[in-house]
Amino acid sequence: MSDFTQFNVTFDNEGFLTDPAGWTPELAEALAAEEGITLTDAHWKVINFSRKDAAETGESPTLRRITRMAGVSTKELFKLFPKGPGKKVAKIAGLSKPKGCV
Amino acid sequence: MSDDTRHIAFICSKGDLDMAYPALIMGWAALGNGVNVSIFFTFWGMDMIRKDRIDRLEIAPIGNTSMKMSLMGLPTGNVGIPNFIGGLPGMTAVATKMMKGIMEKMDVPTVREYLEMLADGGANLYACQMSVDMFGLKMEDFVDGVELKNASDFIDMIEDAEVLFI
Repeated sequence: MSDFTQFNVTFDNEGFLTDPAGWTPELAEALAAEEGITLTDAHWKVINFSRKDAAETGESPTLRRITRMAGVSTKELFKLFPKGPGKKVAKIAGLSKPKGCV
Repeated sequence: MSDDTRHIAFICSKGDLDMAYPALIMGWAALGNGVNVSIFFTFWGMDMIRKDRIDRLEIAPIGNTSMKMSLMGLPTGNVGIPNFIGGLPGMTAVATKMMKGIMEKMDVPTVREYLEMLADGGANLYACQMSVDMFGLKMEDFVDGVELKNASDFIDMIEDAEVLFI
């Protein structure tokens, strides 16, 4: 993992932020870059929805919840966050690992 | 092994409603984690991808020791559904309706929706060549995203995969 000391945050052993309060958009850019992703408006739509939803429900949204409620298709979601959007969205959005199965 | 080099292969051989879900749920979870997913539908498992069967999968109460009266919302604990009742005409439809009702309430996707999600998420969906021939089916009998694959080619492609037979 790259150096994230400038952000003054810690990660659990799976790479999820331990304290969501430490999240910033700049950190999201850096975490996305770590996954080989350059964030675009479409990415931000997913990230912003996920953060808002998690703040309201107390849980990271599942992929199906994102596709249903953020106006992003499954195909698009897998294209935006290739190879594992379930974990990648949560990581970049500074949320915990999603618990739901769907 | 990192997630994106993992490959999980499911072989679905059953067409019962309850036997359809394990591969759908775990396959979807695997895609979400970045794990490659292949599903081989063989024999009755093809009901999961047949256009004329996909919305009509059922669960039979007869001979099902796990299905209890309490499924109907009755406070009957471990009392089972007697086979002579489960064997009455229409009981499979009743049990199926009940099970689907519970899943709908829990917001579990239908088999059709799950397959769309899996196909859109990049899972490989294969109909078993021999089963297709045996049942006299054609590619247009299957939902979108399904390809034909013979057993030998499937065995080759799962060389490094974790395999689950359902």
